[in-house]
Amino acid sequence: MIAELGHFALIAAFVLAIAQALVPLLGASQREAGLIAARLMTVGRWLALLSAGLVLAAFAALVISFIRSDFSLALVAAHSHSAKPLIYKISGSWGNHEGSLLLWCVILALFGAIMARERRPEQPLPAHLLPAHLLQARLLQARAIAVQGMIQAAFLAFSLFTSNPFLRLAAPPLEGRGLNPVLQDPGLALHPPMLYLGYVGLSASFAFAVAGLIGGRIDRAWAAAMRPYVTLAWAALTCGIALGSWWAYYELGWGGWWFWDPVENASLMPWLAATALLHSVRVAEQREQLKSWTVLLAILGFSLSLLGTFIVRSGLLTSVHSFASDPARGLFILLLLGLAIGLPLLLFAWRGPQLAARADFPPLSREGALILNNILLVSASVIVLVGTFYPLALELVSGARITVGPPYFAASFNPVMALLVAAMGIGPLLVWRGGWRPRAGLTLLLAGGLALIGTGFFLLSNLLPGLQIGHKISPAGLAGIALMLWLGGSILADIGLRWRAGSWPKGRARRALSGMWLAHFGMVVFLAGALGEGLFGSEKIARLTPGDTVQLAGRLWQFDQVVQTNGPNWTARTARLSVQADPAGPARQMRPQIRFYPASQQSTTEAAIHSSVSGDDYAVLGEGSEERGYILRLYRKPLVGWIWFGSLLMALGGLLALSGRQKLPEAG
Amino acid sequence: MTRRTNRLLITVCAALILGLAGWLMLNALRDNIVFFYSPGELTSQLKDGRQLRLGGLVEEGSVQIEGLQARFVLTDGEGRTEIRFDGALPDLFREGQGIVADGRFQPDGQFIAATVLAKHDETYMPREVADKLKERDLWQEGAGQ
Repeated sequence: MIAELGHFALIAAFVLAIAQALVPLLGASQREAGLIAARLMTVGRWLALLSAGLVLAAFAALVISFIRSDFSLALVAAHSHSAKPLIYKISGSWGNHEGSLLLWCVILALFGAIMARERRPEQPLPAHLLPAHLLQARLLQARAIAVQGMIQAAFLAFSLFTSNPFLRLAAPPLEGRGLNPVLQDPGLALHPPMLYLGYVGLSASFAFAVAGLIGGRIDRAWAAAMRPYVTLAWAALTCGIALGSWWAYYELGWGGWWFWDPVENASLMPWLAATALLHSVRVAEQREQLKSWTVLLAILGFSLSLLGTFIVRSGLLTSVHSFASDPARGLFILLLLGLAIGLPLLLFAWRGPQLAARADFPPLSREGALILNNILLVSASVIVLVGTFYPLALELVSGARITVGPPYFAASFNPVMALLVAAMGIGPLLVWRGGWRPRAGLTLLLAGGLALIGTGFFLLSNLLPGLQIGHKISPAGLAGIALMLWLGGSILADIGLRWRAGSWPKGRARRALSGMWLAHFGMVVFLAGALGEGLFGSEKIARLTPGDTVQLAGRLWQFDQVVQTNGPNWTARTARLSVQADPAGPARQMRPQIRFYPASQQSTTEAAIHSSVSGDDYAVLGEGSEERGYILRLYRKPLVGWIWFGSLLMALGGLLALSGRQKLPEAG
Repeated sequence: MTRRTNRLLITVCAALILGLAGWLMLNALRDNIVFFYSPGELTSQLKDGRQLRLGGLVEEGSVQIEGLQARFVLTDGEGRTEIRFDGALPDLFREGQGIVADGRFQPDGQFIAATVLAKHDETYMPREVADKLKERDLWQEGAGQ
């Protein structure tokens, strides 16, 4: 019954989304901005709110069916199990293709609803009596809601016609087939919703870009209306990617945090584009420049997130994520992708010439720095795009099968990002329209000094083995350390010097500035983590029999035995290990496992991890037996947690800056 | 500075940076791609020490493990390649199952793998392996249970 209600709500939402795509557009296109136009636009807003409610209801129905283990639904039977803990029954509802698509629709509709909320008290005035800037805001809102409605209609159609989550089974089984055990994890309960919030949030900036093109008005108010959505989507995407990376780190047990897997790349590309957009929309808002470019980036950002969905859903590229390999679905998304890129670009070709604003600033200006940021970020995302799709293209053309692995990205992506980090140390010290902030020279001097001293220390420790760092650092590693210190030094010196001079902005401007610092400092923390793990990490693989000990990075590991343990829906071989940081200190127990899930006949590796600020101890159990001994992989990963903490700081910085955005002067 | 020189400067800088990024990318692409082969496709020319990805089935009864060293034979029904791997084999490494080994041929003709990938779970198999096996009729649904 509940499933039928959900199914019905989904169909109704689809119909309303079609109306939502047409009605406000019709209102906005009235030659006379009269009462009828105003009514149509209001109806459009209500349609958006209503269809969001219906999609939400459909999603709730699906979650309830999962909680109640209603195995008469094909989806529940295939992906759930009555013995599963409650939280994984709930997260199981989006741990599969159909459910995750419905979640995608929910977030899409929620963004439509946010757009549709009335910011000012409802003005009963007919549109022609509104002040000009309010009328323009109304028209932009109506058109953006319509574009969002088009995307919603397309995705709801995708869900209903190719991936309906509410299909019944004629003969319901008594027990479900369970959820992929790798996905039974708290990190994964959060990762998809967060990532989708980011992916789908980019649909809102896309909707504003297209709405601006339809109306032919791309101005400061347009940029100001779009910016909150960009920031929100970017922050969510940042968190979503970080959660995914953290999950891969502790759940897959491969000891790494980023693998340049096609699906990871699929989320990184829109992130890079969104980061560029986040910065260019500032220029559009502040200086009314880079407008066409901002429109293009908004289109590119959402296209890349559709491409990401395409990669994941089509199973086109080999990946651990390809849980749905269905050519029909892939084709549908490919079609959608074609429309989402093609139509706006046609619109852009038509409207573009009207938007052209002559660039008017010297290269050494805030605008110039933000252009550099954009060029580097877009280059980086092209590099990732090529690395991800080149194997596929080559196979189609010549039949040769190749892999493009981490070395490619290290040799191309990393240098471009290094340039970006170098520029991040300088850009915020430049002012709009050209020139330096006061005390910029001193700031750069301090940052450069810190970078030189720090790098010099590590260079010395390379040359003099007596210094006991224990690791020889490559030139690229030294450059990384120098850049991290440069950026950190520049931010701290800027904060310190401003504080000393008492030139601290007030009110909202302070929040905006602190947000930027926090986000940029998040990058420093992230780099510290990535460099710490990459340059100073140690690992040892050993076959151990009970009683054996291993020395690793100053720590003493002792292996006791392997025992059999049982969980709620799994059995496991668990290794009993202890690790001691210093001989006098306490020994910490570590329990890496290999779990077997009888319901799905699958097994997973559970790493044992002990985290602290200074780094993680990480142990993974491999194959073996009492007689031959067991293979154990042991790691010391200095500062690894900073990678995710830094990402969190970036997202928080974005939100802080968002809360501090300036109200545009309401010029008529 | 005039508006014209500003625009010119910005355009030149942008072109330089884009050129640099493109050059880095092409260089990285040329030096870092790894080709995939199955044992039957190997020629002596490929055994010159370049990095390769080999995919196929682990031959039944061929796995020998001594301490940290594993030796096994990879087969695709046409060719056999003996592989040595020093490290922890993946949990799902089994005889008769499809795997991918990444590594190089040594001058003595032995293939030393740097990494060995097995199916990630029962429904996932490296696509390269699945396709090759299908071509050679060795594919069984749910192989390697």
